[in-house]
Amino acid sequence: MSTTKPVWNVGDELEGHTLPPVTRLQLIKYAGASGDYNPIHTVDEAAEAAGLPGVIAHGMLTAATMGLPFSPYLEHGYVKELEVRFSGMVYLGDEITIGGRVSEREDSKEGLIYTFEVHASNGESIVTSGTVSFLVFED
Amino acid sequence: MSFKRFIGHRSEPVVNVVEKGAVKKFAEAIGDPNPLYVDEEAARASRYGRLIAPPTFPRTFEYGEVEGLGSPGQGYIHGEHRISYERPLLVGEEVSCYAEVSDYYEKEGREGTLGFLISERVGESPRGERIFTMLDTAVLTPAMRESRGL
Repeated sequence: MSTTKPVWNVGDELEGHTLPPVTRLQLIKYAGASGDYNPIHTVDEAAEAAGLPGVIAHGMLTAATMGLPFSPYLEHGYVKELEVRFSGMVYLGDEITIGGRVSEREDSKEGLIYTFEVHASNGESIVTSGTVSFLVFED
Repeated sequence: MSFKRFIGHRSEPVVNVVEKGAVKKFAEAIGDPNPLYVDEEAARASRYGRLIAPPTFPRTFEYGEVEGLGSPGQGYIHGEHRISYERPLLVGEEVSCYAEVSDYYEKEGREGTLGFLISERVGESPRGERIFTMLDTAVLTPAMRESRGL
């Protein structure tokens, strides 16, 4: 996974990341890996009892996928800050696309910090939006 | 009695270990099996010198309970989440974690009064240096507040 050190400019668009459709198995795996066993994410009856049309993905799973566009650059830096607002539900079968653009670039003693406005969309509307600040080390 | 009385209350710290197997499982579950999360050889050759954890991994830690508040979990809507790092989280390290209620306020919504509970969760090294800070907003509907007797 060798990549060159990224350089972005304010206004640059992130290359869109379309994820595979959400599956129940994925939600079961995330429940196990995260320890979030709230059954509205895995059991139809529990979701229906909560007034939902079906199980919904964990918000924190969608939040985690907003870091995916930055994963190829981990050799050169890391996520300093991730901030998300959950605005819509993610259901089984949804194809989520992560997009964003650089909104700010600032110097710090460790290196350049790029702030991206990011959003996760299901094709019709934005389900989660927020910002990711990615620090690129000086050297 | 409102949640307001919990503002400033803090849990007893809990020591967590960033476990290699847990990080691998988590990285796979979020669809990001980056070599720096899962491949020790690749990690050793990197600037970090060892495996690191994905940015949202700290949600798997235990933070202790703010007395009287109960553990967060079911019974609220997750509104917002923020995590900020002083440095990457390293696999194998010990992290001392605690939770604190930062704020509580209410707003009138279409279906009644909504409660907003803001909690901060912190991870520190054994030497007391901060590694990360999480800030979460939990939204409580009137029914949810009633079911907790608050």
